[in-house]
Amino acid sequence: MSQFILEFIQQIINGLTLGSIYALIAIGYTMVYGIIGMINFAHGEIYMIGAYISIVVIAALAMIGITALPVVLLLTLLMTIIITSLYGWSVERIAYRPLRGRHRLVPLISAIGMSIFLQNYVQIAQGARDIAMQPLISGGWRFGDAGGFQIYVSYMQVIIALVTLAFMILLSLFILKSRVGKASRAVAQDREMANLLGIDTDQIISITFVIGAALAAVAGLLVGLYYGIVNAYIGFIVGLKAFTAAVLGGIGSIPGAMLGGVLLGLVESFSSAYLSTEYKDVVAFSVLILVLLFRPTGLMGKPEVEKV
Amino acid sequence: MLRLEEVHTHYGAIEALKGVSLEVNQGEIVTLIGANGAGKSTLLMTVCSNPAPTSGTITYKGKAVEQQLTAKTMRSGVAIVPEGRRLFASLSVLENLQLGAFFASTEEMENDLAYVFDHFPILQERQFQRAGTLSGGEQQMVAFGRALMSRPQLLLMDEPSLGLAPLIISQIFSMIKKIRDEGVTIFLVEQNAHRALAIADRGYVLENGRIVLSASGSDLLHNSEIKRSYLGG
Repeated sequence: MSQFILEFIQQIINGLTLGSIYALIAIGYTMVYGIIGMINFAHGEIYMIGAYISIVVIAALAMIGITALPVVLLLTLLMTIIITSLYGWSVERIAYRPLRGRHRLVPLISAIGMSIFLQNYVQIAQGARDIAMQPLISGGWRFGDAGGFQIYVSYMQVIIALVTLAFMILLSLFILKSRVGKASRAVAQDREMANLLGIDTDQIISITFVIGAALAAVAGLLVGLYYGIVNAYIGFIVGLKAFTAAVLGGIGSIPGAMLGGVLLGLVESFSSAYLSTEYKDVVAFSVLILVLLFRPTGLMGKPEVEKV
Repeated sequence: MLRLEEVHTHYGAIEALKGVSLEVNQGEIVTLIGANGAGKSTLLMTVCSNPAPTSGTITYKGKAVEQQLTAKTMRSGVAIVPEGRRLFASLSVLENLQLGAFFASTEEMENDLAYVFDHFPILQERQFQRAGTLSGGEQQMVAFGRALMSRPQLLLMDEPSLGLAPLIISQIFSMIKKIRDEGVTIFLVEQNAHRALAIADRGYVLENGRIVLSASGSDLLHNSEIKRSYLGG
């Protein structure tokens, strides 16, 4: 195989890795938008908090002498999801629920305030400097050889893709099959009617925030393990990218967020490789502008509301 | 079973109900007729505390419910077939029905489904179709069935005849009678006064947020003023 093809495949692998992370976070944006019609701008911070919590959990496990890798990973995943979900739940209770029924700009401003608060809270609690995470999983596979170029797939990249896929499948089953999943789709379509069926819509909204936070926590853990560096501001740019992914896929659509995340990851990876790394953010946000200009409902966005 | 006393409801500064008192007894079909904008739908929604009345009392089975959360009222044996049906259009017929029995056990839900399919066999055929793709009459049956899924004791119905063909309306109305005969109390809001009064035990006439007349269904049907105002002759 020629070097060109190998490089191309490498970009696809890198893009899928990045895209998995975007997709996991984008689901939180899209589900919250779908159910209460607001953009939760503090969601990127939830992801950042997830990354911090995973570091704390790993350190705590090491302190009490748990070092077997599979056990550490599983416990870290569980604890990170649980604690981060609590943050997601609290954000909704404190910053959004009291404002329900107000003009839609009001919770948006509250979200931005929450985002600033969480960044500073983590900075005070954990220090302003970058925190390095010990690499738990290193190594990978190399394939092919053309002109000195080899494809490199790290174990971590494979884990990111597989874990993301597993959570997407779990989420889809939950939304499609479970009673709460059905109720959440009903609340997204007509909250008042769902309430008239006796469904506690506030509870369904809380669950939506918890699910979004849980998936962001998974993303935070995976990113921490992959890049090894975390600071209090990683949530900002990644949050905006995941939001872009959600808009690209069609805000409010869960499969759309999955697709949008993966596509945005690929776009970024290819533009880094063939344009310049400097331009990857420019390209990503150009995608946002283009989608908003030419297809505001996104790739899989809901068509106009059906008349019933 | 249901009693309203001096109920006032506001939407912002607008007073939609100006002191309504009425009563629905166990096993009755009671209808509320009135022109567009008289406050009929508001009255049904007020029973569900959506919105709650600004003053007055609503008692259901002897208990004050006017300030109770909507979801709680709807879990205590009250169900509503709302104006315009309000199905979850992108969900399947089956899912729409299941949501009507959200709190039932799996076994109860199976029974409830069998009960609804028994009354509306067409819904069984259509169960995997998206609710939004059904005809108006079928959608009304889904809304009716969804309300029955919770095995209500009191069924509130808001203009079930709206936008439907006469033949379908006849089916819906004979189903209302059948459900009542099975023991469900029915409070029916209708603009189609003729049909509603024909099956009702008693009726109330609402004008500008006030009850102006109440009598038995047949008396109202033959009342000359009602004939002129609401029955087109």
